[in-house]
Amino acid sequence: MSEIALMREDDLSILVVDENSLRARVIEEALREAGYARVVVVHEIAGLVRRIEETAPDVIVIDIENPNRDALESLFQVSRSVQRPIAMFVDHSDRGMIEAAVEAGVSAYIVDGLKKERVKPILDMAIIRFKNFAKLRNERDDAKRALGDRKLIDRAKGILMQQRSMDEPAAYDLMRRAAMEENRRMVEIAQSIVTAAGLLGGKGKQ
Amino acid sequence: MTREIVRLGFLPLTDAAIPIAAHEMGFAAEEGVTLELSRETSWANIRDRMAVGHFDAAHLLAPMPIAAALQLLPLSPSIIVPMALGLGGNAVTVSTKLWTKMKAHGATSLSTAREMGLALRQVLQQRSRAGLPKPVFGIVHAFSAHNYDLCYWLAECGINPMIDVSIAVVPPPLMPEAMQTGHLDGYCVGEPWNTAVVANGTGVVVTSKIEIWKDSPEKVLGVRESWADAHRDELQALLRAFDRSARWCAKPDNATALASLLSLPTYLSQSVEVILPALTGSLEIGSAQRRIPGFLSFDAPQSTLPEPAHAAWFYSQMARWGQAGFSKQNIELAMKCYRPEIYAETIGAQYRQRNELGGFFDGRIFDPRQMESYLASLPFATA
Repeated sequence: MSEIALMREDDLSILVVDENSLRARVIEEALREAGYARVVVVHEIAGLVRRIEETAPDVIVIDIENPNRDALESLFQVSRSVQRPIAMFVDHSDRGMIEAAVEAGVSAYIVDGLKKERVKPILDMAIIRFKNFAKLRNERDDAKRALGDRKLIDRAKGILMQQRSMDEPAAYDLMRRAAMEENRRMVEIAQSIVTAAGLLGGKGKQ
Repeated sequence: MTREIVRLGFLPLTDAAIPIAAHEMGFAAEEGVTLELSRETSWANIRDRMAVGHFDAAHLLAPMPIAAALQLLPLSPSIIVPMALGLGGNAVTVSTKLWTKMKAHGATSLSTAREMGLALRQVLQQRSRAGLPKPVFGIVHAFSAHNYDLCYWLAECGINPMIDVSIAVVPPPLMPEAMQTGHLDGYCVGEPWNTAVVANGTGVVVTSKIEIWKDSPEKVLGVRESWADAHRDELQALLRAFDRSARWCAKPDNATALASLLSLPTYLSQSVEVILPALTGSLEIGSAQRRIPGFLSFDAPQSTLPEPAHAAWFYSQMARWGQAGFSKQNIELAMKCYRPEIYAETIGAQYRQRNELGGFFDGRIFDPRQMESYLASLPFATA
């Protein structure tokens, strides 16, 4: 019995619309691993109507920043070719789910009449993958920024050491104190030093 | 004095001027409002973020709160409209290729909206006889003044928008490219996306929103109803700030300063040259330079009072083109979204509800109380 029920769940057709091909692949793989065999991924709006006609999706997952969401929704609105009305979260009582999806940056459309229990695992999965993806991207951006900051501070330190004839700990200490006194970040002080050195034709080499 | 943070979503368009200037020129701060502006990529996004409470307010397409009230959107939060964000501001642009054909049928840079439409109809008839595909016109949203203005104009000129052309929704910033690559033959969009395509030589402006319907509504300030109910003082502070901003935006002397603000990377991220024409009403239309006085108007309060009769007209067009069922109850629901009394009371202005709307290029008068006979009199209605 339960196996048959499971087979039916796997039968849902899912369309993933995401301009970010890497993220789309992550989601596609996760859905396939979970046993959903009918997953189609599209990266652009061109030809989307045709793909919707071909795949007749039960669920459409789309990244929230996609500027083509209005176009996608208009297909549900006016198109004679998209046969079934599709709506996002037909059951309006499920506010928590909508909030989680919007927070994670994903939106979904579901064929009217489809039971919530059948769709929930798909959305949960999309929400988790989107969150993970954003987290990884933030971590990468943070790492990049930290590296940039470190380089700038080193350069400022070098300028101070040369122009004020101080050793490295003293130069670092001077910048740290300036940052505390002016209530600014170390990197901002470093930036000022590098800029000033450049303007004064000093030896702040590029 | 209140110190409330108001979170407002907007799309990068010239008619987002009132909220942007309210923030940049300090009107919001002076009224005790900390305005947090968030640039979004779609109207769907703004709607969703209003629904979950990320935004208290938004720069919205005027028909959207009505569509939400009638439960026509995939997610339909309750939104009220305590202020309009100006009148006019859109134009209809066609590809230079289509323009060449229209010229062959008598269109010139001085043609009226009707003459332009009739020339277009002749081009379409010729194309149809030759077995060529229907031209594709872009709009920004299914529930937009762009859609209703374009369809109204086409229909009145004998072109059935449901049959004789294809209409596609395309995000405004992508429209110029879509025209360049031949995916769109024309579009109805706000600025700066008409001027931008004229500037690169791909398109020609054939008519504008105010030529189709003088003093017609476009964007509104949408506010989440639950927020408005719980924050009446903050809402009034916001309206005072926006009212001052509108008056500042409306001054011709401020046009260049306003264009510079809008051009910033956080807002439209477009050049001042592309933004300015809509603000001065002196548009480069591709075939000539044309003065279109009042092309985009911010004059407060006549351009910023949300008029329930406007809401009724938008609803009439939803019914006309089969987007919504027709009922007396729906007319009421539509009109109830627009709340001029809140704004009028806040700024101490007089407000008297209008029952008749004129200014349409075909000379028709719209009266919300006579909607059924009005709809029956319009060409090609599917309702």
